[in-house]
Amino acid sequence: MLVEKLLNSYSGKVKEVEIGSGGLKVGGETCLPFYLWEGEMPNKILFGLEILDQEPVDWADSLARLYQDVWKEPVEWAKKCFEMGAEFLHIRLTGTHPDSKKHDPTQAADLVEEISKAVSLPLIVYVSGNKETDAQVLQKVADRIKDSRLLLGPADEENYKLVVAPVSLTNHNVIAFSPVDINIAKQVNILIAQMGMPLERIVMDPTTGALGYGLEYTFSIMERLRLAALIQNDEMTQFPIICTVGQETWKTKEAKVSPDEEPTWGDEEKRGISWEVVTAITLMLAGANLISLRHPESLRLLKEARSEFISLGEGG
Amino acid sequence: MALTGLEIFKLLPKKNCGECGIPTCLAFAMKLAAGQAEIDACPYVTDEVKAELSEAAAPPVRTVTIGQGEKAVKIGGEVVMYRHEKTFFNPTLIALYLSDDMPAEEVDRKIEEVKLASFQRVGQTLEANLLALEAKSGSLESYNSLISKASKINLPLILMAPVEILEKVIPDQKGRKPLIYAADLENYEKMVSLAKENNLPLVAKGKSLDEVSELTEKIKASGFKDLVIEVEAQGLAANFKNLVLIRRAAIEKKIRSLGYPALTFAFDPQGNEWKELINAAVQIVKYGGIVILSSLAPWKALPLFVLRQNIYTDPQRPLQVEEKFYRIGQADKNSPVLITTNFSLTYFIVSSEIEASKVPTWLGVVNTEGLSVLTAWSAGKFNQDTIAQFLKKQAMTDLVSHKKVVIPGYVAQLKGALEDELPGYEVIVGPREASEIPSFLKNWS
Repeated sequence: MLVEKLLNSYSGKVKEVEIGSGGLKVGGETCLPFYLWEGEMPNKILFGLEILDQEPVDWADSLARLYQDVWKEPVEWAKKCFEMGAEFLHIRLTGTHPDSKKHDPTQAADLVEEISKAVSLPLIVYVSGNKETDAQVLQKVADRIKDSRLLLGPADEENYKLVVAPVSLTNHNVIAFSPVDINIAKQVNILIAQMGMPLERIVMDPTTGALGYGLEYTFSIMERLRLAALIQNDEMTQFPIICTVGQETWKTKEAKVSPDEEPTWGDEEKRGISWEVVTAITLMLAGANLISLRHPESLRLLKEARSEFISLGEGG
Repeated sequence: MALTGLEIFKLLPKKNCGECGIPTCLAFAMKLAAGQAEIDACPYVTDEVKAELSEAAAPPVRTVTIGQGEKAVKIGGEVVMYRHEKTFFNPTLIALYLSDDMPAEEVDRKIEEVKLASFQRVGQTLEANLLALEAKSGSLESYNSLISKASKINLPLILMAPVEILEKVIPDQKGRKPLIYAADLENYEKMVSLAKENNLPLVAKGKSLDEVSELTEKIKASGFKDLVIEVEAQGLAANFKNLVLIRRAAIEKKIRSLGYPALTFAFDPQGNEWKELINAAVQIVKYGGIVILSSLAPWKALPLFVLRQNIYTDPQRPLQVEEKFYRIGQADKNSPVLITTNFSLTYFIVSSEIEASKVPTWLGVVNTEGLSVLTAWSAGKFNQDTIAQFLKKQAMTDLVSHKKVVIPGYVAQLKGALEDELPGYEVIVGPREASEIPSFLKNWS
């Protein structure tokens, strides 16, 4: 059989990172994404839904119809996402930004704690990206949550010390963020590792470019990270990857404008879902381990696609 | 794919005559291997050796042309597994499937969809490339009527029919250079002679990689090489695996018998259009040559066309947008003026943040030859001179009644120099990151 001559082997392996409270893991693959005829992906790629700690201001109408009954109440919103089949929650603490001043660090920690009690899902928490408040918020959140392993961040080249210090003293994991740049991605991982953060508690966020808005850059950087991890066995690239697909795709014009504005683009909601699904499937093929989304239909479609891919590991 | 100098040397006459301009055959062989000499310079080498060497120099995936005239398309010719290693050259061809047993209204509706599925993006027109027409009814008359309907739009065709029907329709169609479908282990002799006589590209299909490989070897032995290959499979996973292994066979394993562009159907067996969208996306990302879809409704066509444009963008040459003022929202004489560079990614990110802010704005895009803000600044393509020239050339004074210009925070140091260049103007330093633009604009007064 020709197939036997066509198999490749890999020397490296992506590290396994445990999230949530039930021993759930991501990563651990020993082959390029879904090349299951020549390697393993012991843990599923997970699909989550995104929630905010305050009412969103600029979400597309297609999303408002789904969430506006709950989005003033983040805990209710979290429950709804759980019911819709989310496999993790991506919580963005935008309300901790000084511009918004909705939540101080203690209130933010209260909220994350309430959500973690209300739904039994792994939680991924992004702070607002403000230098003055982020470290304090992360510290409070990290200290408060004891019985679930959070994924906290983002830690970037500038703020990594402030972010990693409080996280490293707990059981939580950290998100190593880089701005669409493979060298910085590696550099941030190294800096975080040098602070004594255990390597099996790091997840990378290489910045998600949506379809038509830089997707090809994210795609190629992720492919290069995975080739470095698996073929060159470069330890500082062997971390699971998170992609914030919902957040990036639903702010594009293509996911938002009505057919009145763009008559040849067709149905608005279908278009938004297709933008999200196509971005997600592309990044799955580049090496994503955690994908956060906004629309439950995207979630359902991607889970189906994942099952089909997994059949390749069962002799399919 | 290239042979080494020593491998080439073995094929040369070893006369060391120097008539090629190089003193020894070994030195000539080394030049050939490095691509610095042409085999035609040797007067003594045999035609067989010439053919062998030009074969060895051919790209690992054969390039096949379908169609005639301005809508003619090329597929294949790829040389790498990953786009960052060089680039992917010939974008996946997207085909719409029609059959002669479909109700007339359905055919008309789908053809209308193809016409409408044409979008402008970053200076390129994104559209479908081919129509795949299948003879399913068994009637020559129905097939001919489908072909004449499809001919109302000017796209090259894939003619999918049994040999007997193809023999009858090809005399009229061969001038348009359709791709004919398909040769298999049963019928290939007839199909190949039809393709050869009419000089048309041909699909070779089989049930497995091995069967396709055996078939292309047989066809090549008869002297025909303009092939597109198909491993018949259904669904997401099987097509994904076949496409990866075909590309790997051709490029990494140097297996010539699979060195052809691949054709796949994106259809879902149960007719689920969402699954079809996902199948097609996977096939575009992972090495699909020709992808056949059952319909091209805009919610499906637009993301797939943009995906193809993204994946096939040359990573070494970023896409650029046109230098001009872009009007975002209902910008008027009092709206803010923001300046950025013409790197398409910069433009897309900045313009989408401005749109998100809902503040009507003029976005001035300076031609920096596709460089981003900081890179363009350090290359001297985004500075007080180029920005001032841009504002004059694009007549900012005609657009707005104020003289305030916002520059990216990363080039804050240009403020003084730019104000010197533009007396009477106020230069305002904007945010460093695009994500801060909405809050910046909301505080605009």
